Amino acid sequence: MSDSNIIPKWLSVGVIPLFNLFLAFCVSGLFIFLIGENPFKAISVMIKGSFYYPGAIGYTLYYTTNFIFTGLAVALAFHARLFNIGGEGQAYLGGLGVGLMCLIFDQYIAGFLVTILAILGSVIFGAVWGIIPGYLQAKRGSHIVITTIMFNFIAAALMVYLLVNVIIEPGQMSPETRDFATGVGLVQIHMLAKYLGLNVAMSPLNLSFGIALIVSIGFWFLVWRTKFGYEVRSLGHSETSAVYSGIKVSSTIIIVMAISGGLAGLVAVNELLGVHNKLLLGFTAGYGFTGIAVALMGRNHPFGIFLASLLFGALYQGGTELDFEFSSITREMVLLIQGLIILFSGALAYMLNPLVEKIYLKYYGNFNNA
Amino acid sequence: MRSSENKTGNETTVSLPVSTKLAIELKDITKRFGHVIANNDVNLKVESGTIHGIVGENGAGKSTLMNILFGLYKPDSGTIFLNEQSVEVNSPEKSIALGIGMVHQHFMLVPTFTVLENVMLGNEGSMFLKSGEESILNRLKGLSKNYGLDVDLEAIISDTPVGMQQRVEILKALNRGAKILILDEPTGVLTPQETIGLFDILRSLREQGVTIVLITHKLKEIMSITDTVSVMRGGKVVADFATKKTSSEELAENMVGRKVLLSIKKPASKVGKSILEVKDVSHDSKDGVNVLKDISFSLKEGEILGIAGVAGNGQSELLDILSGIEALQKGQITINDKPIFSHQEWNSKKARDFGIAHVPEDRHKRGLVLPFHNYENSILGYHRNDQYSSGFLMDKGKILNFTNELIQNFDVRPRSPSIISGKLSGGNQQKLVLAREIESKPKILLVGQPTRGVDIGAIERIYEDLMELKSKGTAILLVSVELDEIMSLSDRILVMNQGTIVGETSSSNATELDLGKMMSGLEQVREDRNE
Repeated sequence: MSDSNIIPKWLSVGVIPLFNLFLAFCVSGLFIFLIGENPFKAISVMIKGSFYYPGAIGYTLYYTTNFIFTGLAVALAFHARLFNIGGEGQAYLGGLGVGLMCLIFDQYIAGFLVTILAILGSVIFGAVWGIIPGYLQAKRGSHIVITTIMFNFIAAALMVYLLVNVIIEPGQMSPETRDFATGVGLVQIHMLAKYLGLNVAMSPLNLSFGIALIVSIGFWFLVWRTKFGYEVRSLGHSETSAVYSGIKVSSTIIIVMAISGGLAGLVAVNELLGVHNKLLLGFTAGYGFTGIAVALMGRNHPFGIFLASLLFGALYQGGTELDFEFSSITREMVLLIQGLIILFSGALAYMLNPLVEKIYLKYYGNFNNA
Repeated sequence: MRSSENKTGNETTVSLPVSTKLAIELKDITKRFGHVIANNDVNLKVESGTIHGIVGENGAGKSTLMNILFGLYKPDSGTIFLNEQSVEVNSPEKSIALGIGMVHQHFMLVPTFTVLENVMLGNEGSMFLKSGEESILNRLKGLSKNYGLDVDLEAIISDTPVGMQQRVEILKALNRGAKILILDEPTGVLTPQETIGLFDILRSLREQGVTIVLITHKLKEIMSITDTVSVMRGGKVVADFATKKTSSEELAENMVGRKVLLSIKKPASKVGKSILEVKDVSHDSKDGVNVLKDISFSLKEGEILGIAGVAGNGQSELLDILSGIEALQKGQITINDKPIFSHQEWNSKKARDFGIAHVPEDRHKRGLVLPFHNYENSILGYHRNDQYSSGFLMDKGKILNFTNELIQNFDVRPRSPSIISGKLSGGNQQKLVLAREIESKPKILLVGQPTRGVDIGAIERIYEDLMELKSKGTAILLVSVELDEIMSLSDRILVMNQGTIVGETSSSNATELDLGKMMSGLEQVREDRNE
């Protein structure tokens, strides 16, 4: 990623992304106008839908949690210059880890122990699904982009097979497991608030959000404060320098992919332990792919990823509301808006830089030439 | 820039005979990149039919100026006159049409094409290659004869030696009617013999009326071939000289802006016991090419062993093996009487643990992680050491202190531990790498191309640092393509050619001519072998 040397950081990190976002909303507004709706009304519905209505913030943060996990997964790999497109499959396999742990143990041991085992299961299964492409990249030179994409398909097929044939609840048609035993799972925030005597509107937001915040802070320490993070960043910036400094490239790649896969696997904790209370088909719903855009927009930094996740969480939640309020704005229209935002703030992130540089130099350039 | 400082009487303007024509005149050229002024009101005059040198440190604005002349950059202000007519050069195509040819430092040739095909490139003549080929063949025969440029037109570029490739570049320019030839650091990749050949060609081109602009940082070359010379510093032309009326010392002083010591004082040092023994080391590259053949030598404490040779004759691989980056395939390396047999026992980390420091040939690709801050680069390779960490976390405070010490002691500028290393000048980057490696208190220091792309001022400092380390008893293995450097720094010199050691001599006995002959593989000389 080519950061400009000319414009100051507050412009490149602060103002330009906001302006990109603004552009994306402008173009989206144009489309909404074209299908005969009022774009300003639409945006007000979206904002209200994601922050204002009772429970709206809860829903937004619940989506945010997923994006934090997948965004961090992509970002960590990217610090080692690995493009992990496999967040979707890793999250899916994380679900298998959660499901298996719960189905095996929930009849025998206490709920909170099962929950802990299930969280570990999600991380380990996700990690395994990252380790295999990592190993193939490190030892066999198979390109990680190709293998992780393929592993998404394999994960999807594997889960269909298992959920239809093996771990489906006996005697029913829909491809889901039985419900996990009561006492298993993470408590939802509105329940917690009620227990503390507060009245919070109902929403699927659960303790996973806290896990996501803790993991984000851990991510920052890992990447910028540990020897391992130092080696990962060296490798990402310059493999030749990494070799020169005695870093073991292949084992670093494999460990990075393991952690990355484990992070993506945590999506299953939010979805299955926090909300559904069972393993079901397709619960990942594209969070893994959106994580790529989140990481890109968040510049692979946990704080940026948090903000980007919040944005995408609001979009998901606001989009649902939009779909609900306007008969002419369908789910596809909402996807279009998300697509435009990914396009403007991800793929075209540096589109405006030359223009901003020019304007900046015109007004501020002369001060620094003393 | 304070130009008054330089007016110490050496700004002798070249007095031109009234009749001579100016081939190039640049008037008040200014070019900015963001805040940086690369060229600041540059004025330059080059007489027709002369060889004009431009010298200056890296970042002095030489290349920018020539790129403006060649149409690659558009100047912010100023005028270009060619043959005393104002012209606008806004693209390389235009400049070629105006009779300007440029030979870049890194050749712009298609390696899988033949010489003829490369010369034709961009000048094919007609839709069908055949007819164009014939007319170009005729023209080339004339050109080769006139200028003494012998080349095999059917040879594939990747098979031809570097000196020959350069001739192809020159032919390419001449074939397109160049009357003004710009050469950017043309001798960097050549052997001394090839350099002599190039200069012969340049002289005969001059006789035929071609105007030549030579960009270089080698003052000796300026003195030997140019008629006039301009010195650039900080984006300005600070002095013009007639070459006959100046000296290397004066040029260097103008380049740096202060007096520079070009010769090095070798401190007397006590040569101790042999610490590194290399015996019959052979190595095949990944594509199966034999790059090292039966290399044997020994290195003693307190001695600098220079390895001379044209780039790409196995020196890099030798450094890689000794520093643990590449696996040892065949042969034996003994360090401190302890033999190393296989890569399992020998890797970059182990080499460092033992006390082998390595200043790599390519500081951009190896020695530094360019997007890292100075404080991060100052521990690259040593980041596992406990002194930089508390527990499993790295201790940023300790690292910053260490970096501050490094950049103070080794004069790395700017003196900021948190600047991005990629933004430092080449010389300061090299000082940072050298500082890091020296500060690890090594028993053996491997140094590759210590002054490649480094300013004169920094070179002086780097030499001093190496000498100081040597006087402390460190064994230093110095690989360089700069003969002067090898001869003035080393105690003993090995010459490598095509993966073998073709000669050994003590530096007091060495002459440039002998070394040059050995480097080109003409002569196998082994003297002083076992002193």
